[in-house]
Amino acid sequence: MATIGSYALLLALALSGYSFLFGFLALMFPGEGSERVGETARRAGVALFGAVLLAAVALVTAAFQNDFTIAYIFHHSNRALPAPYKFAVLWSGQEGSLLFWSLLLAAYGFVLRLRYKTDPRLFAYASVILAAVQLFFLALVCFAANPFGLIEGPPRADGSGLNALLQFPEMVIHPPMLYLGYVGFAIPFAFALGALIMKYPGEKWIHITRRWTMVTWGFLTCGIFLGSHWAYYVLGWGGYWGWDPVENASLMPWLVGTAFLHSVMMQEKRGMLKVWNMWLVFATFWLAILGTFLTRSGIINSVHAFAQSSIGTWFAFFLAISFAVFVLVFALNHKHLRSEHRLESLASRESSFLFNNLLFLLLTLDVLWGTWFPKISEWVQGNKVTVGGPFYNRVAIPVAMLLLLLTAVGPLLAWRKTSFESLKRNFMWPTIGALAAAVFVMITPSRWGSIFGLRPWTDISLLYSLMTVFLSALVTLTVASEFYRGGRVIREKTGQSMFASMVQLTHRNTRRYGGYVVHFGVALVMIGFCGAALNQDKEMEMGYGDRMSIGSYELVCRSYTQDDNPNQASEWAILDVYQNGQKIDTMTPVRIFYKAGQQASTKPDIRSTLKEDLYLVYEGQSEKGRPIIKAHVNPLVMWIWIGAWMMVLGTGLGLVPNAPAPVAVRATRLVETATPVATGD
Amino acid sequence: MSNRKHILRRASHCALLCLAIFGLAGAGDPASRFNEIGHQLMCICGCNEILLECNHVGCPDSDGMRNELMAAVSRGDSDSLVEQSFVQRYGPTVLAAPTKKGFDRTAWIMPFVALVLGFGLVVLVVRAWRNRPEPALADGIRPASDAELDPFREQARKETEL
Repeated sequence: MATIGSYALLLALALSGYSFLFGFLALMFPGEGSERVGETARRAGVALFGAVLLAAVALVTAAFQNDFTIAYIFHHSNRALPAPYKFAVLWSGQEGSLLFWSLLLAAYGFVLRLRYKTDPRLFAYASVILAAVQLFFLALVCFAANPFGLIEGPPRADGSGLNALLQFPEMVIHPPMLYLGYVGFAIPFAFALGALIMKYPGEKWIHITRRWTMVTWGFLTCGIFLGSHWAYYVLGWGGYWGWDPVENASLMPWLVGTAFLHSVMMQEKRGMLKVWNMWLVFATFWLAILGTFLTRSGIINSVHAFAQSSIGTWFAFFLAISFAVFVLVFALNHKHLRSEHRLESLASRESSFLFNNLLFLLLTLDVLWGTWFPKISEWVQGNKVTVGGPFYNRVAIPVAMLLLLLTAVGPLLAWRKTSFESLKRNFMWPTIGALAAAVFVMITPSRWGSIFGLRPWTDISLLYSLMTVFLSALVTLTVASEFYRGGRVIREKTGQSMFASMVQLTHRNTRRYGGYVVHFGVALVMIGFCGAALNQDKEMEMGYGDRMSIGSYELVCRSYTQDDNPNQASEWAILDVYQNGQKIDTMTPVRIFYKAGQQASTKPDIRSTLKEDLYLVYEGQSEKGRPIIKAHVNPLVMWIWIGAWMMVLGTGLGLVPNAPAPVAVRATRLVETATPVATGD
Repeated sequence: MSNRKHILRRASHCALLCLAIFGLAGAGDPASRFNEIGHQLMCICGCNEILLECNHVGCPDSDGMRNELMAAVSRGDSDSLVEQSFVQRYGPTVLAAPTKKGFDRTAWIMPFVALVLGFGLVVLVVRAWRNRPEPALADGIRPASDAELDPFREQARKETEL
């Protein structure tokens, strides 16, 4: 398998080199025969997907065959590892995950090169740029981080096993989603740079790029939330976001990509922000690579990071080269992007997009600054500092609040100019409704638990939470009013039910209404986040019959036990959960010891409701052999996962083609006295 | 005018009062101080977690650090004294956020500088774009004024909205 994989990678490298070089020559020297040369370059690009796929299949097969002569398989698998995790070995370590990157990039390139007829010349440019990026990743896996390297010394009977924290079902889907997002941003970048080089007339490239960006953004969103879910369900620290550098690395391209998805509308509708959009596309791609650099270079400490290695230098060079190439091309061709900007009113969709972009960029800069500050501090004053949650909460939350406000306000502003009357008409009821929701949450008794009884004067975090409730309700109500108004117009014209009218409305402009669904998802996620201000936790050693009270729950330890199988040994606590004197559940937090890796891990047991999560962690055993249980009550966490699904659903909806606009036919009554043309006999 | 001044003065008093309430809320109570300071400190075992959120199996440091914090709070040490003693013992990385002294201050200043500069830039851009003249039209065509367009806007609104 190692030989097959190594040769497949070398073949892929040769094909990507050919695709880049001859594709470039065909574009630079148009003339007789250049089209045929360009076509061979395109086909080489298509074929390289097959070669990289073969290498990936070889690595996975080696994992299933327990081929521990391959160092990567020895370090990341073992005989008793369950089959899904053997499949996931492909992205469990440095070398394999770089091969996986290459595979996904090749897959995107495969689709792009097959769809070249949409616009052969623009696609040819994009294909060459993509081949250059592919060349870098394949060179990396061939020469710096080869997943098929053989182990030195005598053959090993068994492997070291997969990291304990990675043995969780989401491990099989979270990294692929995240990588699909990261890698996918190479496609909009390739189109943007191609369009800039060829001085592409019109906005068609933007239409093509937008769809790719939406797909990629959807994957990255999914990947980020799956990562949060994974952290919440596996790490056992009761949180879903820790502002870790690697988490930040995924957030930065997401933020800039989101800014691009908004500002691109300005270019489509008004021909504005052409230069800005070009830079946003580049920044998104560049930040995705920077994130990979952070994860893999070991330059910044992170619990998620791969082992420190020399490939950081490769990434640093690639980042520098891609930046230089983009700046050079931009400097040569930027006059082509000149556009006439004119703003008629501050109360317009255009200005809301400007502020939206500003806030997304500020948020990105805050995260970037916080991520790099420990390193900067080390360079300047010789000692590292920690930049953790308290810093980000203070600088990022106010900006996020403003963004949430714009999420509510922006969609209701008209292009060019919005009259005061229109503002009043559109905002009055949503604002009243949102205020009512906030006041309700504030005045309800605290004993109701969860988000109820939010007294903002007791703590600044509760003030933020209350503001979040207000703004999220405002977003929800403005989105609902948009659906209602549009649906009502269609209902009046067609006589359909309200629901059918709203479905038709959405189908007529999927991008707009899909976007509203995404906004609704964002509002739900933000409500979920504001529950963190009300988290409670308690820790206790629990023997038979011991009781612990937390929030409205009472936990009674019924028993504790142990289990053993070839892959792992585990300790369990069995706890009955009571609420208002009634038994409502039995929960079993567990601590697992993975034999191959000699690592321990906790698997919390979580009882999720819309109101709150009861989250139990088996922390370990006391000296008396009794389990030590840590209980958390985390309000509203389920809203985050529902909101994330809404965001993914909205993105999917936005990708559905619009239904054609119906042709208006006025119904007229037949003249009763008219004679039929034919009777049918 | 004096009535307006009076209202403004009242509003500023209310704002100051609210700030004072938020500033003083929860201060002094040992449990809330333990919770507050414990969330400003990191566990030093390498898990990169906030001290009070570190609960991973077999952590060699967090229990001792929590006990130390609880003892300091019970003694009535001030927040800065507690933080200083932790820094002396575990190094500056024990603080979960940069301090507001020396070079560390730039960590806090830069985001606000970026915010101010960014907003200033967008305001300048908006003003420049608003002051641009209308695009020139072909001879004989006069751009419609807002007053002329308003009836059409109203008609469009009636036909497409409630």
